[in-house]
Amino acid sequence: MAKILAVDDSASMRGMVAFTLRGAGHEVTEAENGQLALDAARGGAYELVLADVNMPVMDGIAMVRELRALDAYKGVPILMLTTESHTEKKMEGKAAGATGWLVKPFDPEQLLATVKRVLG
Amino acid sequence: MGAVDLTQFHKTFFEESLEGLDAMEAALLALDSGATDAELVHTIFRAAHSIKGGAATFGFADVAAFTHVAESLLEEVRSERRGVDAELIDLLLRSVDCLRAMLDHTSRGKPAADADSEALRAELVRLVSGETPAAPVAAAPADVAASGWDIRFVALPHLLQTGNDPLRLFRELQQLGRLEVCRAFVLDSAPAQLAELDPGQCYLGWELRLHGAVARGDVAAVFDWVEGDCELAIEPTAAAPVATVTPAATAASESPAPAAPVAAAGPRPVRETAVASAEGSSIRVGIDKVDALINMMGELVITQSMLSDIGENFQLSQLERLREGLVQLERNTRELQESVMRIRMLPIGSVFNRFPRLVRDLERKLGKQVKLELHGEHTELDKTVLEKIGDPLVHLVRNAIDHGLETPEQRRAAGKPETGTLRLDAYHEGGNIVVQISDDGAGLNHAAIVGKAEQRGLIRPGQELDDTEVAELIFQPGFSTAAQATDLSGRGVGMDVVRRNVRDLGGSVGVRSQSGKGSVFTIALPLTLAIIDGLVTAVGQERYIVPLISIVESLRLRSDMVRKIAGGGEVFHFRDDYLPIMRLHRAFGCAAAVTEIERGIVVVIEEEGRRVGLLVDDLLGQQQAVVKSLEAHYQRVQGISGATILSDGSVALIVDVSGVVRLGQRRQAA
Repeated sequence: MAKILAVDDSASMRGMVAFTLRGAGHEVTEAENGQLALDAARGGAYELVLADVNMPVMDGIAMVRELRALDAYKGVPILMLTTESHTEKKMEGKAAGATGWLVKPFDPEQLLATVKRVLG
Repeated sequence: MGAVDLTQFHKTFFEESLEGLDAMEAALLALDSGATDAELVHTIFRAAHSIKGGAATFGFADVAAFTHVAESLLEEVRSERRGVDAELIDLLLRSVDCLRAMLDHTSRGKPAADADSEALRAELVRLVSGETPAAPVAAAPADVAASGWDIRFVALPHLLQTGNDPLRLFRELQQLGRLEVCRAFVLDSAPAQLAELDPGQCYLGWELRLHGAVARGDVAAVFDWVEGDCELAIEPTAAAPVATVTPAATAASESPAPAAPVAAAGPRPVRETAVASAEGSSIRVGIDKVDALINMMGELVITQSMLSDIGENFQLSQLERLREGLVQLERNTRELQESVMRIRMLPIGSVFNRFPRLVRDLERKLGKQVKLELHGEHTELDKTVLEKIGDPLVHLVRNAIDHGLETPEQRRAAGKPETGTLRLDAYHEGGNIVVQISDDGAGLNHAAIVGKAEQRGLIRPGQELDDTEVAELIFQPGFSTAAQATDLSGRGVGMDVVRRNVRDLGGSVGVRSQSGKGSVFTIALPLTLAIIDGLVTAVGQERYIVPLISIVESLRLRSDMVRKIAGGGEVFHFRDDYLPIMRLHRAFGCAAAVTEIERGIVVVIEEEGRRVGLLVDDLLGQQQAVVKSLEAHYQRVQGISGATILSDGSVALIVDVSGVVRLGQRRQAA
């Protein structure tokens, strides 16, 4: 099972994501914003990063850009958790180097299906 | 998989959503007062966005629908397609109120939307240009090819650097139907020399054929994440068979997997779910406080092991070390206690934060101009005190604006700036937290107060009163009544209720006022309700604890200092004043106590300027007392606020100073 970094400023969303993934046997680390996620990422070899877009301190887009600048995270899948009303955010995320996205709202099954899609 | 229970996250969602609304409101008010910081708009947007995302995820359709429209409006503001004016802020503030109510309803399992929320939502929809109802994005037309699809997929060199992998795409295609790799080729752009090859880049292209009746949308969905990272062409398979069939290096082979559609990435209809009612309250604790606690715990463990070391084979020569160890234990215990208490402490800012909005609403309603200043928002208070101090503060703020501050015209006439200042301060003073509400308004109107007090029979006509006594009148029960109260300050609640609420928290409230200059209301609150510093006194066989904070002085009286007064009361001379003596043994019915005043000790206690001398047998020492509720274990006793357990295991009662002072006053008056 994979080491996954879950990044969201909303404790309920983060909790739901982490809980679902842990239930599927993954090892999940939680981070509250992009900056904290970067700090965590530097200290641990994560195989997948799931990140919200709108966050204080450092948003998801900036975080992806910073992560991609790290050698260890050049090819690691990073999925943006975004909402359907912001398709332009998907493109912005992609331009920053995100692998793909998961559209909010999603339920645990959709989350697991998407994670499986990336991790194989 | 379907068994993942999300209800456990509902409480967190409600909590963070209410916090988000608070932040939204504060930012809206900042914008209203002329701030132009882009971060404010981001904060507002982010709050709405998070609530919408969470509401949709957890199945609160009404909340999600409402925030969706609000968010669309905010998006226009954020992208500077719409300017911010007072009207917009008004509308958004009303939306904040509405969402609070909706969340409240939802958390109690009731339908969130009502006529008001729907009307407000309609108003928002009208404002949002070109907004259509939040309908799910229509699925792409089911363009099903009869026999399959020919796919030409050329990865751009940077594809791997987005974390995508052609192999993954092929695996997904295989899920849709039988996949055949017709041709794999190396791009011309690839370096000719192996040494020049960048392993982080991709130089390959493929021609694929997917067999079976698959919708074009499903095929395209496989590639949605790599749009822009590849050249892609999806064509229906031509009737004629393709000439070259060269299975290449990839793992694609015969595997007619059942067409399990990849999870659709569109919005799903949200479900109505029953909500568990919000249970026991929780507290958020900063990690630094928890760390401090763990630190203390570590030191306690060290002390404990040192002491048990001494105890193992104790010799008299180690007495000094034992003493040292006990001193250390005492220090550890006190520090640990303080750390634990700090966990219950929360900044008063969470209460202060509701005032900008309140002040704004009152300004409009009363036609006054008010500048609100908040100081000491970081001052921490016990959570219970914090929860209960909100209403009294709201009342004082309403009063200050309604009765204290004048209209701009009156202020101009008085030679003051048209905008009045209302200032909230919170700070530590001794063992207390002090909260002050000051205004630079007209001050208490003595004549009007005296007139009203006479009319209500609180004082005799013509009675001489000094400033303090006049100010005290407004706290008298019956001074303010619903009959004459204005819409704002009154509601049948007077200053006496404010005082009672504050007293219930173990605090006091007083006022200083200067005509034409303004008033200052001062609330003093205990740091915590759970522990008090007390003086242990002996009365017969009983032990009574007097809160240290209320003690003015302790003294032994000579019999010539005591005067008997009519009705059997006793007073003594103390600093130009005569104070009533209250014999605790008589008040609480203790046997075998000292009855001659000159043999006992008088402890002078003060409560809101009123002093009483308590006669006790002896003073035994100072001690911190953990307050145990008497009501919870026995019943309410007048003059006693609780009980505690002393170091020898016996029970001592804690004297309720305000109750005792009132008892003493009544005796004196009788």
